[in-house]
Amino acid sequence: MTESYYLAAFIAVSALATFATRVVPFVFFDRHTEHPLIRHLGRFLPAAVMALLATVFLQRSATWSAASPGLDALIPGMLVVVVHFWRRNALLSIAIGTASYMTFQQTGWLP
Amino acid sequence: MNQTVFRLTLPILFGYLPLGTAFGVLFATQLDYAWWIAPLMGLVIYAGAGQILAVSLLAASAGLVEVAVAMFVLNARHLFYGLSLLGQFRGAGWRKAYLIFGLTDETYSLLTSRPRTADRPHEQQLDFRITAFNQAYWVFGCTLGALLGELVAFNSTGIEFALVALFIVLTIEQFKALGDAFPIWSGAFAAGIAMLLVAPTHQLIAGIAIVTAVLLGHYRKHRTAAVEGSGHD
Repeated sequence: MTESYYLAAFIAVSALATFATRVVPFVFFDRHTEHPLIRHLGRFLPAAVMALLATVFLQRSATWSAASPGLDALIPGMLVVVVHFWRRNALLSIAIGTASYMTFQQTGWLP
Repeated sequence: MNQTVFRLTLPILFGYLPLGTAFGVLFATQLDYAWWIAPLMGLVIYAGAGQILAVSLLAASAGLVEVAVAMFVLNARHLFYGLSLLGQFRGAGWRKAYLIFGLTDETYSLLTSRPRTADRPHEQQLDFRITAFNQAYWVFGCTLGALLGELVAFNSTGIEFALVALFIVLTIEQFKALGDAFPIWSGAFAAGIAMLLVAPTHQLIAGIAIVTAVLLGHYRKHRTAAVEGSGHD
């Protein structure tokens, strides 16, 4: 039962936090849309946050204690970058990166 | 009207169906919950990257405060979406709440790029249906994926890398839209500092604080440069 309480609370919190990001401009920024600081953050913050998330989660998915430290995640990550610059097809890039990571994890090809 | 909306949203259908399915498969293979929780999340949370992150947070039984911060930070880009739609949504009445709730990346790009007539109530009704159609595609994809994940047994070890791959793709898209690598390096730098100095549970919050500080410094430098630039005229 505690398990389903946790799940319900988890979904409620996630839903509220997501909605909050969408509703804040309509509640708060309504009078401040022209402020240069807000425009500056609006322009640069999303890119910075994405790069931050990519870096943190890439580091977490790597095996740093292996003989080839981190390569099990760095190679699939590089593959995503290359394929995405090449074809610019989000699903293709994600599929190839994930498939290569799964292969490394399941076969243990990298020492 | 529905036919027009369907034609307008067709590209979103092709994007949301596979991505929703990917989330559903990830959900069903990584977690032990009932399959219908996946479409329920699509219904009440309705965020692509957010829901995929939610799977790894659920798998780690993350604390609710961390969940709130992680979801808010991940979707922080939405904070700036509303800015360009403030006028368009004004006076939309009961529809406004749903229009705001459904403001995903894809819906946002559709609503801000489509041609509009002067008939505001009509346009708002169209916006409302576009939003609803998009969410229907998304929820359908989540359902499909969760059922597929339950039915088809395969070794899914490592499938959680889809989240990392998604973040990398979104970073590249942001870079291409901006044409400026500075925020990308700032974000990666902030992540590095946070990972070196802070325990894993607080790394995202610390990283966000650092990168916001960096961008504030960047803003001040920009402004000073702009003021000096105009002084020379």
